[in-house]
Amino acid sequence: MLSSAVGVLFDGFAYGMLLFLLSVGLSVTLGMMNFVNLAHCSFAMVGGYATFHLMTRLGWPFLATLPMAFLAGALISIVLERTLYRHLYRASDLDQCLLTIGIVFISVAAYAWFYTTEQQSIRVPDWLQGAQHVGGMTFANYRMFLVVVGLAITALLILFLEKTRFGARIRAAVDNQRMARGLGIDVDRAFMFTFALGGGLAGLGGALSIQVVGLDPTFALAYLVYVLIVVAVGGLGSIGGSFAAAVVLGISDMAGKYYFPWLGAFLIYLVMVALLMWRPAGLFGKR
Amino acid sequence: MASASSIASTHFHAKVRWHPLEIVFWLCTLLPFVLTPSYLSLASQIAITALFALSLDLILGYAGIVSLGHAAFFGVGAYTAGLLAKHYWSEPLSGLVIAAVAAGVVGYALSHIVVRFRHLALIMLTMGFGLLLHEAANSASALTGGADGLQGFRVPAVLSFKFDMFGRSAYAYSLAVLFLCFLAARRIIHSPFGLALRGIRENALRMPAIGAPSRAHLRKAYTIAAVMAGIAGALLTHTTSTVSLETLSFGRSADVLVILILGGAGRLYGGIIGAVIYMVARDQFSGINPQYWYFWIGLLLVMVVMFLPNGILGGISALYKKSK
Amino acid sequence: MKKLVVAAALAAAFGSAHAQQAVKIGMPLTLSGQFADAANQMLNGARTYMKMHGDTVAGRKIELITKDVGGPAPDVAKRLSQELVVRDNVDILAGYVLTPNAMAGGDVSAEAKKFMVVMNAATSVVITKSPYMIRTSVTLPQVMETFGTWAATKGAIKQSYTMVTDYGPGHDSENAFQTAFKAAGGTIVGSVRFPVANPDFSAFVQRAKDLGPESIFIFIPGGAQPAALGKAFAERGIDKKKTRVLGSGETTAEAALKSMGDTALDIITAWHYDYMSSNPLNQKFVKEYQAVSNGRNPDFFSIGGYDGMHAIYETLKKTNGKTDAEAMIAAAKGLKWESPRGPMMIDPDTRDVVQNVYIRRVQKVNNELVNVVFDTIPMVKDPAGERRKKK
Repeated sequence: MLSSAVGVLFDGFAYGMLLFLLSVGLSVTLGMMNFVNLAHCSFAMVGGYATFHLMTRLGWPFLATLPMAFLAGALISIVLERTLYRHLYRASDLDQCLLTIGIVFISVAAYAWFYTTEQQSIRVPDWLQGAQHVGGMTFANYRMFLVVVGLAITALLILFLEKTRFGARIRAAVDNQRMARGLGIDVDRAFMFTFALGGGLAGLGGALSIQVVGLDPTFALAYLVYVLIVVAVGGLGSIGGSFAAAVVLGISDMAGKYYFPWLGAFLIYLVMVALLMWRPAGLFGKR
Repeated sequence: MASASSIASTHFHAKVRWHPLEIVFWLCTLLPFVLTPSYLSLASQIAITALFALSLDLILGYAGIVSLGHAAFFGVGAYTAGLLAKHYWSEPLSGLVIAAVAAGVVGYALSHIVVRFRHLALIMLTMGFGLLLHEAANSASALTGGADGLQGFRVPAVLSFKFDMFGRSAYAYSLAVLFLCFLAARRIIHSPFGLALRGIRENALRMPAIGAPSRAHLRKAYTIAAVMAGIAGALLTHTTSTVSLETLSFGRSADVLVILILGGAGRLYGGIIGAVIYMVARDQFSGINPQYWYFWIGLLLVMVVMFLPNGILGGISALYKKSK
Repeated sequence: MKKLVVAAALAAAFGSAHAQQAVKIGMPLTLSGQFADAANQMLNGARTYMKMHGDTVAGRKIELITKDVGGPAPDVAKRLSQELVVRDNVDILAGYVLTPNAMAGGDVSAEAKKFMVVMNAATSVVITKSPYMIRTSVTLPQVMETFGTWAATKGAIKQSYTMVTDYGPGHDSENAFQTAFKAAGGTIVGSVRFPVANPDFSAFVQRAKDLGPESIFIFIPGGAQPAALGKAFAERGIDKKKTRVLGSGETTAEAALKSMGDTALDIITAWHYDYMSSNPLNQKFVKEYQAVSNGRNPDFFSIGGYDGMHAIYETLKKTNGKTDAEAMIAAAKGLKWESPRGPMMIDPDTRDVVQNVYIRRVQKVNNELVNVVFDTIPMVKDPAGERRKKK
């Protein structure tokens, strides 16, 4: 009984880490710049295909491709931000939705063209496959890897934002744009950098999720719903919020499937609805 | 006082008069019968989508409620009509009324929750309800047919006009219902209730101060929108004799939102224009390039946003103002 | 007035059946969205057949007109089928990846009197929608009931725990397998259904493991899921010698095997086609397919498309190029041929596909993972169709 509960908690936490990595970028950009970027999962897809391409076509080892996936996501976000998004910061939410959905469609078509619609997979190194069996409980190696990476990234993010000067500037720009500008902070640069960071994290998340959920061009649309749920439940602009929301959702999804499988897909939506009705601004939301 | 009310009434009358372009537009909707008779099935589905978009405009464009789950009401209407037909009630007009009532009941129930929230929470809650309803329909496959769709029913005709593969009756029926609902929407928009809605959209905090009960108005608007969406869903069932989970899907909710934004929200005709442009574009792109048509649609969306802010109608009205 | 229009349209469609006019085949397919890959594979299969056998039959050129349905959308499928008939004047309707779309297409085939070839949709009742329809793919009861019977008899398995995806084909497979398994003497110890968009199977697999059944039967659609499920099995340490894992062919399809690696060994599946079959006709097909598809291997969607074209070609040869639906369906009934998958027939009564069901086990052959056939149930008719006949 207890061992299965621990197992469910662990698996749920690992799944939550994946959701966190995929969502944290959107939470920050949405909260900070009020820019509705529905193409966020396209950045994840870019990172995923970068890893796929490097591993299968160029023979790179898995771990080496991860920073490249981050860079790919970051680069594409900067390009889009400089060319298209910048002009729409003042536009209505609805217009931003339309633009970014258009970009999603374009990205799905582009990747279908280059990589076909085939379901892709990668071979992670042997030490990441299999599981450790401890006292009747099973801990999958790859999931432990996800937990480690997720916690490490969270720690790095918090350190960066709390302890560095650049991080302080970003926090200022998030809290009060006008004041920050008044203090001489280059808010535009902060925006661009944050966008890149968010996109890069999405790319990393996309690469890490191939082993768990596979990869094909519809990735950009398929996970958008989950990412939006994490962002809304966590609270815009809050890293801690995204973390908490991702963990709660991951664990309740796992627990639901284990203890109440007939509830199936209902559970994650019920949890979201319940949490949002209780805390409309999100768990750690600012407004 | 008398002069104020007479000013008010003339103001209202002035707005409610029909602009000649509107008359031209509605006359043009009759053209497909003559010019493009092999496109009538598509025209029928465009009319249905236009009605659905119009219903979303009532809450989004006029009351400011952004909903990502509006397909819930479309689906309730569609399934009600289908289930009625399956159980031997295949007369469409009465089926339409019953479906509208069913969707309205669901809308009314949900409206109590929906109007309490704003911003992202509102969007996500509407999405969540839509997803939950979709899952419920999938699980209740004994009732709904699940992923295979509702089977074993047919709606043969409306008022003895047969529904066939040429789509003539289908388009006539859908167009007639669209027009009637449009008249109702127009009336509502220009009524004091409609003005109050727009006031709520602009500033929700102030409205109760001048005597407009915000929440009650919003609930009413949400219910009306649900009724209209349910009618659109039932129309789809009647004209195609098919119902599937897709009518309740997140994809359909997202599509109608895109269509409304494309056409321009809050301008009464935005949903209709958006539906025509989006569906014709999709049909043409998909005919030319069946495998990658969504690339061109994506490009169209990006172009429209970059060059025509506030949708197509918004862009046209901005150009018109500039040219004055 | 209406009758005149209909008569004129029909006359225009096949009144001028000169040998020189092309035979147009309208194919509503799910070329975008979740099922895009299936549609692309099917289309490639059809095109491979045309490449191997030329694009002219009985003196007439064959022309494919494809349309995108986008997903499970019967309203769109119906409209596209109607437009193909009314606008493009097609002679034959074909394709149809998903059941709701095939059902809608069947309505049009019946109303417009057009020969229709279902190249994938696998729900049994689809075939009843039009008297001019044949199917060249597979039906779920055909495979799953056979599998259930085999498991309880030759497979010597007494208990099973079923795990299927919570949607139409999943419910059908669960029902088919369980009924046949129980009828042949087996016991079902439990069952569970996964949500459709389920990325993570570990909780479900853990539940199964806790029960410790003698065998687990799985049905999940292709795509990302089989690999994810296989990994969950590996992570939980399910010993396939103690707990037999039974699945549909999609569970051990090419992408799934690639992703699961050695954790797939010893999975037993029942299916009608595998691209690694050593049948010489198949090896030729695979080579030609790779050329048409830019290096991809065929799968069961491809073979459905391939054999669908074959049925069309042979039927046209029999009718001498006439595309009149009555003539075509009469010629198609009872059609027998050797396909890359093995022997096949169109049942003369039900118009449905009759073919071998192969029982395979995943083994390592020449350092590659292969679905090795070790038992064959020959020329299986769709049992659900047979039951419908008796009513």
